[in-house]
Amino acid sequence: MSTTTPASVRRTAPRRRRLDASLIVGIALVAVIIVGAILVASVGRNFFSAGNIRDILTGMSVLGFVAIGQTLVILCASLDLSVPYVVSLSSLIAADLMAGNPANIPLAIVAVLVVAAVIGLANGLIVTKLKVNGFIATLGTGLIIKGYLDSNYKGTSGQVPWEFQLIGATGIGPIPISTLLMLLVAVAGAFFLARTRTGNHMFAVGGNEQVARLSGIRTARPLIVAHVLCSITAALAGLLLASRLGVGSPVVGTQGGYDLLSIAAVVLGGTLLMGGRGSIWGTIGGVAIFAVVDNVMSVMQVNPFLKDVVRGVVIVAAVAVYTSRSVDRRRPRFANAAPPPTASGSGPANGSDAREEARA
Amino acid sequence: MSGTSGMASSAQAPGSAAAPGAPVLVADGLEKSFFGVTVLRGVGLTLRAGEVHGLVGENGAGKSTFMKILAGVYERDAGTVRLGGEEVAFTHPVQAARAGLATVFQEFNLLPERTVAQNVFLGREPKRRGLVDRKAMLAETRSLLAELGIDSIDADAPVRTLTVAEQQIVEIVKALSVDARVIQMDEPTAALADHEVELLYAIVRRLQARGVAILYVSHRLKEIFDLCDTITVLKDGALVSSGPAAELDTDELVRRMVGRPISAYFPDPEPGTVVGEPRLELRGAGNAYVDGVDLTLRAGEIVGVAGLQGSGRTELVEAVFGIAPFTRGELRLDGQAVQISSARQAVKRGVALITEDRKAQGLALNQSIADNALLVIRSVFSRRTRETRRELPGVLSSLELSSRGLDQEVQYLSGGNQQKVVLAKWLATKPRVVLLDEPTRGIDVGAKVAVYTLMRRLANEGVAILMISSELPEVIGMSDRIIVMHDGRASAELPARSDEATILGAATGTLRVGGEELR
Repeated sequence: MSTTTPASVRRTAPRRRRLDASLIVGIALVAVIIVGAILVASVGRNFFSAGNIRDILTGMSVLGFVAIGQTLVILCASLDLSVPYVVSLSSLIAADLMAGNPANIPLAIVAVLVVAAVIGLANGLIVTKLKVNGFIATLGTGLIIKGYLDSNYKGTSGQVPWEFQLIGATGIGPIPISTLLMLLVAVAGAFFLARTRTGNHMFAVGGNEQVARLSGIRTARPLIVAHVLCSITAALAGLLLASRLGVGSPVVGTQGGYDLLSIAAVVLGGTLLMGGRGSIWGTIGGVAIFAVVDNVMSVMQVNPFLKDVVRGVVIVAAVAVYTSRSVDRRRPRFANAAPPPTASGSGPANGSDAREEARA
Repeated sequence: MSGTSGMASSAQAPGSAAAPGAPVLVADGLEKSFFGVTVLRGVGLTLRAGEVHGLVGENGAGKSTFMKILAGVYERDAGTVRLGGEEVAFTHPVQAARAGLATVFQEFNLLPERTVAQNVFLGREPKRRGLVDRKAMLAETRSLLAELGIDSIDADAPVRTLTVAEQQIVEIVKALSVDARVIQMDEPTAALADHEVELLYAIVRRLQARGVAILYVSHRLKEIFDLCDTITVLKDGALVSSGPAAELDTDELVRRMVGRPISAYFPDPEPGTVVGEPRLELRGAGNAYVDGVDLTLRAGEIVGVAGLQGSGRTELVEAVFGIAPFTRGELRLDGQAVQISSARQAVKRGVALITEDRKAQGLALNQSIADNALLVIRSVFSRRTRETRRELPGVLSSLELSSRGLDQEVQYLSGGNQQKVVLAKWLATKPRVVLLDEPTRGIDVGAKVAVYTLMRRLANEGVAILMISSELPEVIGMSDRIIVMHDGRASAELPARSDEATILGAATGTLRVGGEELR
C-alpha cells in the first residue's frame, strides 16, 4: 500500500470534540452572573451579598425539583405537562393531611409521594402501552387533575405546622435548606443516570428507540420510571411550596408556570428536546441562569412584563446556539473556503492524470 | 453477567472454543417469502470454526435475507439451523448474539451520544452491587480493542467522535464481547477507505485465529478472494454453489452470480440522441465535503458516478443542488456561471435531484400520489399546477405506475412504484439537469428497467443526467462516461464500458487508470 495519501489526510484531520453541553451552560451561567453583578452594582447594590445569594438560591429550589424530573422524561424523548397540577395537588394533600399537627408530617409526605407516583405511573403507562405521545398524554392527565382541583377546592386549604414550615424558611448561612435538598435530589438523579442500568437505558431509549430495542432493552421500563420520578420530583416541589405558604393551594403550580419553565430550563441546560443527550447538571445550570436573571431584574425593579420578554429571549437565544452547533453533524473533510491543503495535493493531480489517460 | 466474564476468560485462550474445522453452524433448506414473493428457496451452508465464509450474489439474490434469518431478524418459513449441534430458531438479534451468533449489520446500531464502552455493553451493562460497573465496562472494552490491535479508539469517547471505520470496529467489538462463535458481517467494507479495509482484514484474521467462524457478505470480489476460505454463491434466492475458494476465479464467480449477460437489462440509447452543449460545468468546485471537482455534463449525456459509500458522491450532488452549496470554484449552468445556494434556486434553474433515501427525503409517505407528484410544482412553479395536474395521469402511466388511483397514499406502493412517483414529481419541473442518487436502490427489476428507459428518453430529449450508483453493472451499462469519487474528490474519469476492476481500483485508490492492478 503505497498510494494512500488521500485517505491519510482524513486521518490527520483533528478529531474535533464538541464542548460538553453542561460546560457551555456553566460558561453561560458565569457570564450571566458577571453581567448581572455589574448591572446590580450600577444601581448601587451588591449582587454577592448574603441576602441576595439566599434570594437567588431560594428562587432555584422549586423549579429545580421540577426540572430534575423533567430532565429524565425529556432524555427519554417524552415530555411531562402535568407537573404544575401535580405540584398544586401535592401542596393540598400535604396541607390537608398535616392539618397543623406535626405528628401527621410523615404520613402526609408518604401520601403525597404515593399519589404522585401513581400519577407518574399512569403517565408512563399511557405513553408506553397506549402509545400516546407524551405531550398529549400528560396534557390529558394534567387536565384531569385540574378538573379535580377546580371542583373540590375553592381556594387555599389545610394548615402546615410550624415545624414543616421551617424547611422552606431556614438555611445554613446563606444557603437555604430547600436548595440543599434540591441539590441532594440532583446528585441522586445524576447518580441514577450514570450508574444504574435503567438510567443508562434512558439515554438509549431517547437516543434511538430502535437501537435500544435491538440491543435487548425493554424500552417501556426506562420511560415509565422517568415519568414516575418526574411526578415525584414535582410532588417534592409541591411539598416545598406548602411549607413556604403554610397552606395548600390549587393554583400554586399553574401560577409558577412549572410545565413550560421546567422544559425551558432543561433545554437551556443543553438537553436535547428530542432526547438521548443531556444531563441533570446542565439543567441545574439552566435553572440557575433563570434564577440569576430573575433576581437581577427584581433588584433593578424591572417592569414585570419586561421580565418575561427577557426570559423569552434567553430561551430562544440559548436553543439557537445549541442547534447552530449541531445542525450539520457530518464531519467536514475539507477546510471550508480555504485552498486545498498541500498534504492532499496528490488527489486532484491523480484525477487529472486519470483523465489524460482516459482520453488517450 | 455471565456473558462478560465468559468473554474475559476465552480472550486469554484464543482458538480454544472449537477444534479448527469443526462445523459450528449448519443451515439447511432455508425458505422465506414476503407477501407471496419467494426470496429464499432451500438455501443452506455449513460454517466451520476458524473459517471465513464468503456469501456472494447480486443485489436481491437473498444474502441479506439469509443473514437476517440466522440473526433472528426474520423468522424462516422452512428449513433448519443448527448452532453447535443444537437446533435454534432465534426471534431477536439479541437472543442470537447471546447464543454466540452475532451480526454486524450494514446499518450501525450505535448511539452517537454514548461512549464506546456504553455502546458495547448496551442492554447488558455489567453490574456490581446493583450499580453499573463502569470500570469493568471500560476495562473489558479496552482489552477487546487491544486484542484486535486497535489503539486509536478511546473506550470512553462518544461514538459520534469516531470515524465510520472506527464505528464499524465498535460493532465488531460488540460482537466479540458476547463471546460469539459465529460473526456475520454484512458489507463491512462498504463505508471504509482502503487503509481502513486493511485494518478490517487484520481484524478478521485475528478473529479467525481465535476460532470464530465468519460469514462475510461483500460485493467486492477482491475481498472475497483475499479473505475467504469458502465461497457460497446465491442467485435469485437459490443456492448456486458452495465450495472452497481455491476452486474459483473471478470470472467463474461472476458467471455463477450473474448467470446471464448483464447487458440484457440496459436499454440502448434511443436513436437520434445527440450529445450537445454543456449543461452543467464544475471547475475546481468544493465545499467541506468534496474538493477540486472538475466536471462537464452535456445535454443528452448520461454520466455515471461510482465510488464507495462515504466517498463524497452524495455530497457532490447535494452541493450542485444547493443543499450544502459549493464554497469554492465555479458552477456553470448552460454556460452561465451561477450561484446555487438553496434547493429552491436549483429547482428554479432546472436542476432536479432524485435522492438516495426515497422514504425520508423523496416522499411524504402519508400523502397521496397526486400530492407527492405535484409537491415541487406547487411550491416552486405554482402557476403551472393546473397544467401539471392535467398532464399527471399521462406521465404516471408512461412510467407504468401501478396504483389504485391518484389519491392512494404512497406508503402503500411498492418501492418501485414509489420511485416512479418521485420521478414523476421531478419530470413535472421539466428539468434540464437531472441528478439521480442510487435511482434503483431497493426496487424490482421491472421498475429498474423503467428507470433506465426513462433515463434514455430524457437523454434523447436533451437532458443532462448524472447518476450515482453503487451497482457497478448499472454504472457500466448506462453511462456514457464514468466519474469515480474517492475520498471527496473526483479521482478518475473513465470512458464508457470500463471494466469493474478499473472502476473499483479508482474507487479504492489502489489503481491508477490505465495502469496495472496494484496489490
